[in-house]
Amino acid sequence: MPDTPDIADRHDAVCVIGAGGSGLAAIKNLREQGFAVDCYERETSVGGAWNWRHDRSPVYASTHLISSRPLTEFPDFPMPDDWPDYPHHSKLLSYLERYAQHFGLGDSIWFGTEVVAVSPVGDGRWDVTTRSTGGGAERVQRYAAVVVANGHNWFPKPLPVDTAKYRGQVIHASAYKDPAQLRGRKVLVVGGGNTGCDIAVEAAQQASTVWHSTRRGYWYAPKYVFGRPADQVNDKMLQLRLPLRLRQWIFRRTLRLTVGDLTRYGLPAPDHRPYESHPVVNSQLVYYLGHGRITPVPDVTRLEGTVVELADGRRVEPDLVITATGYLPRFEFLAPELLDIDADGKPDLHLHAFARKHPTLAVIGLVQADAGLFPLAHWQSVAVARWLRLRLSDPVRAAAVQQRESARPLRSWTRLRVVPSSRHWFEVSHTHYLRTLEDLLHQMEPA
Amino acid sequence: MRASSQVLRFADWTSPVPPVAREVLSAVPEPAGDQPPVLFVPGLGHGAWAFAEHWLGHTAARGFAAYSVSPRADGSLRAYVHDVVQVAASLPRQAVLLGHGAGALVVAHALARYPARAAVLASPVPEGWSALGAALRTNPFGTLPALFGAAPRLSRRQLFGAGQAAAAAHHARLVPTPARVYRQVLFATPPAAPVGDPPVLVVGSPDDRVVPRKALDRTAARHGGAPLLFPGMAHDLMLDESWPEPIDAILDWLTKELAA
Ligand SMILES: Cc1cc2nc3c(=O)[nH]c(=O)nc-3n(C[C@H](O)[C@H](O)[C@H](O)COP(=O)(O)OP(=O)(O)OC[C@H]3O[C@@H](n4cnc5c(N)ncnc54)[C@H](O)[C@@H]3O)c2cc1C
Ligand SMILES: NC(=O)c1ccc[n+]([C@@H]2O[C@H](COP(=O)([O-])OP(=O)(O)OC[C@H]3O[C@@H](n4cnc5c(N)ncnc54)[C@H](OP(=O)(O)O)[C@@H]3O)[C@@H](O)[C@H]2O)c1
Repeated sequence: MPDTPDIADRHDAVCVIGAGGSGLAAIKNLREQGFAVDCYERETSVGGAWNWRHDRSPVYASTHLISSRPLTEFPDFPMPDDWPDYPHHSKLLSYLERYAQHFGLGDSIWFGTEVVAVSPVGDGRWDVTTRSTGGGAERVQRYAAVVVANGHNWFPKPLPVDTAKYRGQVIHASAYKDPAQLRGRKVLVVGGGNTGCDIAVEAAQQASTVWHSTRRGYWYAPKYVFGRPADQVNDKMLQLRLPLRLRQWIFRRTLRLTVGDLTRYGLPAPDHRPYESHPVVNSQLVYYLGHGRITPVPDVTRLEGTVVELADGRRVEPDLVITATGYLPRFEFLAPELLDIDADGKPDLHLHAFARKHPTLAVIGLVQADAGLFPLAHWQSVAVARWLRLRLSDPVRAAAVQQRESARPLRSWTRLRVVPSSRHWFEVSHTHYLRTLEDLLHQMEPA
Repeated sequence: MRASSQVLRFADWTSPVPPVAREVLSAVPEPAGDQPPVLFVPGLGHGAWAFAEHWLGHTAARGFAAYSVSPRADGSLRAYVHDVVQVAASLPRQAVLLGHGAGALVVAHALARYPARAAVLASPVPEGWSALGAALRTNPFGTLPALFGAAPRLSRRQLFGAGQAAAAAHHARLVPTPARVYRQVLFATPPAAPVGDPPVLVVGSPDDRVVPRKALDRTAARHGGAPLLFPGMAHDLMLDESWPEPIDAILDWLTKELAA
């Protein structure tokens, strides 16, 4: 076999990497703008994270949405209106499968095919190297643009504590699937994000003993307030354009009057104001704290023998440690400078989507908001598709748009006041962010 | 007036339209072919039955799965649009939307929210005062009350051809629509541009006593074309004696567009 396989030129076609929700939206919206699309998906089916059979899926048996249905669905393909407010993950998968079928996206997807390298050719075009996940030869194809939709919730964030001398079992939350893994055991859950809280609650129902370790206090929000899904109530306040300070006050008040003071259960008080960290939505955590089924503990400092040492000097002896520390973004197939990735691994993209130095390279779905991801991924991919179209149809106007965008202030679309943690690298307010995307779309509207 | 934001949908996010059991009638071809499904949307006062009479079966016979959805009781423009998009999204493939009369206005709004494969506006009622103007000329006693907040009554003569045998039976099946809903549908902010840029066909009759010829031209021009006309037919094309002509022409157009 030759060392360099022949490069097949796909001319104006666009390559999409990944067929999770973001990749599917990218295919559909690129095709609507008239592009031919080749999407590569390493798994053998669509759905990404929501397909819990996928080996990298972070979803566990009991996962239900935390963003309510209207704030989660694609804006042009609503979920059935008789579905529950917070559907189960299996419904999300069937929704994504139906989306793919409805728009005939399967025709554009190459399953069981992993992208292993993407490199610029120099004229804005890209050489994409793929390999069948079953093994076999690599193949290189040349594309006019590359849209990355590989997800950012699959590469576990390591717990920076040495586990070499620890004899108990340590797993990352991504390896937690089924409550049977907890049954009758003494479990320590590390991390106060949505995953950590969900697993702590599940452990409270299954395990013999549960410790929940968090390194700070959080504003745990219930799923319902005033009889409505909490995010819908939040959006009412955003619609009325209540100032942040007032919303923070209402948040504190509502929590005080309903859930009460969480430090009473031994939880640390939050070290930040409401809306300054990614929302944690869980109505059951407090319930099980109140039952004494979950013992809150501080940060883990040492793991040795059978003992886990905590920041306050306490020592506990779990059989199982689950680190729900979250995930880091990974782009193994791209040289870091293409996405301006810094030493910590954080990419720096315009609107968290457009590569700053490569107008034909974009990432979809690399955001996290106070609402579901799909509406954001949809409008991102509409913007990327229109941008790629405008570059071809009206290069002069495209240049003007690029000029204007480069002057757009960061604060118009990022959240500047958040707890400094890699957890918040891509945190946005969905209303701010969508307003910005809408403005960009208006600029690119056909004249 | 600028249409409200298509991106920030606070109404849907903060007070979603409540679900109802929708009446959907259908006729599907055997065996199911490759053609996209067609969803028929009746105008106010009519129900899914108006298409089940002739057009659903005929459309299925020509190889397209055909569905029609009745407007919900106690509806509003927003709820009608919601129902159309819900039914469209529930179909296995990207659907063609066909709206008749005021249903064409509902479809025009739905097109801003759902990327239809194609759309047909049949005897489309124009927005705003021009709709009332035309209705006033042919049916002053049915239309005048609408100006004062009562429900307009469409006369038999307005909807159906003179010699139509079943006209009386059809007219008896119409249900009155509250004037509030009429006003909402007619005077809503004009719909935003269709998403996904679907091909749109306008069909109508120069002898329609609800929708004047000029209005047909205007609606068609907005979608970059001219209306396909069926002289001698009444407003309710799908219940007219010559019902096969327009539906055959529509399906011919569709077949051509899908091949393009
Ligand atoms: C437990 C949990 C619960 C969540 N709950 C919510 C919620 O309530 N609401 C919400 O909106 N979001 C939620 N999320 C966020 C969730 O990640 C998104 O909803 C969504 O699944 C992200 O879709 P995506 O397409 O961007 O990424 P993914 O779903 O991860 O899809 C990426 C796809 O790319 C493929 N891929 C990756 N690399 C390659 C490669 N090199 N070559 C080929 N293919 C590749 C993968 O196989 C995968 O199919 C939750 C996340 C977790 C972990
Ligand atoms: N039910 C659902 O729908 C659901 C369920 C789970 C997850 N999700 C979503 O999936 C995404 C990932 O959530 P996640 O909960 O897995 O991750 P996450 O939001 O990043 O939370 C990680 C948690 O681990 C802590 N942590 C990280 N590194 C640590 C360290 N070295 N030592 C101690 N603690 C550490 C973090 O603390 P700091 O705050 O101090 O960084 C945080 O509490 C989010 O978007 C989330 O909303 C949704």
